[in-house]
Amino acid sequence: MPPPAVRRRSLLPLGLVLPASLALGLALGYPLVRQVVLSLQEFGLAQQFGQPPTWIGLGNYRELLGGDDLWPVVRRTVVFCFANAALTFGIGVGLALLMARMSRVVRVATQVGLLLAWAMPVVAAMTVFQFLFDRDYGVVNAALTGLGLDYDGHNWLIEPWSFFMVATIVVVWMSVPFVAFTVHASLTQVPEDVVEAAEIDGAGAWQRFVHVVLPSIRPVLVVVAMLQVIWDLRVFTQIYSLQRAGGTTDETHLLGTYIHALGIKGGDFGMASAAAMFMLALTVVLTAPYIVMMIKQEREH
Amino acid sequence: MARRTPFVARLGADVVGLVVLLICLFPVYWMVSRSFLPRNRIKGESPEVVPLHGTLDNYRTVFDDGSFAKALVTSLSVTLLTVVVALLFAFLAAVAVSRFRFRGRWAFIAVLLVIQMIPAEALFISQYKMLDGMGLLNSVIGLTLVYVAAVLPFTVWTLRSFVEGVPRELEEAAMIDGCSRPQAFFQVTFPLLAPGLIATGVFAFIQAWNEFTLAVVAMTDPEKKTLPVWLVAFTDNRSKGVDWGAIMASSTLITIPVIVFFMIVQHRMVTGLTAGAVKG
Repeated sequence: MPPPAVRRRSLLPLGLVLPASLALGLALGYPLVRQVVLSLQEFGLAQQFGQPPTWIGLGNYRELLGGDDLWPVVRRTVVFCFANAALTFGIGVGLALLMARMSRVVRVATQVGLLLAWAMPVVAAMTVFQFLFDRDYGVVNAALTGLGLDYDGHNWLIEPWSFFMVATIVVVWMSVPFVAFTVHASLTQVPEDVVEAAEIDGAGAWQRFVHVVLPSIRPVLVVVAMLQVIWDLRVFTQIYSLQRAGGTTDETHLLGTYIHALGIKGGDFGMASAAAMFMLALTVVLTAPYIVMMIKQEREH
Repeated sequence: MARRTPFVARLGADVVGLVVLLICLFPVYWMVSRSFLPRNRIKGESPEVVPLHGTLDNYRTVFDDGSFAKALVTSLSVTLLTVVVALLFAFLAAVAVSRFRFRGRWAFIAVLLVIQMIPAEALFISQYKMLDGMGLLNSVIGLTLVYVAAVLPFTVWTLRSFVEGVPRELEEAAMIDGCSRPQAFFQVTFPLLAPGLIATGVFAFIQAWNEFTLAVVAMTDPEKKTLPVWLVAFTDNRSKGVDWGAIMASSTLITIPVIVFFMIVQHRMVTGLTAGAVKG
């Protein structure tokens, strides 16, 4: 429904969007411009002693893209992102499909459990999982030791692969509910009579799923998958707090924590800004299909 | 899809459902149950799965340590201020976008969509420099400023669908009955928007209450931490030996308001998918 033209020349609507626009401009627009400027400047030792930063053109970008630090971080970020997104998506969709087959009581109970996991604040979830995997007090080590395995005093955060395994468990634990609920909701929208008609025409369960159910939930699946990729690309809190709990930072940085370490901790705002611009570009590339789809939907709307 | 499911398939689905339920509940259960145990009963080997005779000592420890109360005040100030300002700004913008056609409407919508996708990590360096330059590091106002911008896209988006849900015909009928346009809007449409404002406000509350990334960047002074930043630092403080009981007690305290609010809006979390989804 395109809104009917109400007083086309009125200044009122512009006045109405003004406060929001100003807030966005000040808190996001200005920093974006500032970041481009920062990324072209050198912040070295002299600047830490109060000298104004010097212009070095694309020097930061050259150092960043030509250096050995960025690419392992990018590779790790992308692998972590897709691994987590795929796991979350697979488990979430599978669960949504199973939910339709559960008996009522179990389904409601499962949904309450999922809701709790979803509602948990990320820092609280992080602390609890750190506790579960704690070297000395953790129930995971206790349980594995109880099974006769040698996990007494095992440190889960010291090896990068097991560090990322713990991070993945938390991320997936927190993200599956959104996928499961959303896909389950879209499954309930699948027209019952069409499924029945297909059954009468002799379609088996698998055929009904592939030719009737899947096409009608495909748009939701696409959006959910894209959102997972976008969200898992920017995992910060989980990595940051696991690093503070004892992970080795150099081998566990993802883009977010890498930029944080370069800029906020290291004081090299030039390099950090260049890295942030790189992350922005990567995000734009990965989210472009989603944005295009949303705008298309908006036009039809 | 209320189809008749064969018994075996249902049994299998139920078993998976119960396993999932257990996996979802266990960390929450562990957090709450350990928060009532004294330090000497939170041990590594043979943990008490169902503890009896708990204690409130951990909660006492948390409240006696003044830093929790300080962080609570900071968190509440930033969160409530963010909710009020964001709701007001978003409401005005949502009315403009859904009730008017104007130059720049499209640009505004497109900008909101794009901003929604920008990760905080890709801008926090320059936001830090900006707040630093304005003398707004470690200030409630400074953090609120970046939070308002962070929640605006989805608050505008969600409120817009609520405004559009109120038929214009209602307003027009009121105008025929002699109301002016603003009168018609505030007396007819606005009351119908109350549920939308509440739901959107709750979304914004949860986002701001849970936010960690920007808070850890903007609030470096230990006296000015928000609760999430305080919790990570508290967990990290191993000099006295990790006091897991107190850590679980504070985690529980931080979680409670979110769970309560979450239950209020849960059905909207799912329908709000295309309205710019929310993630904690």
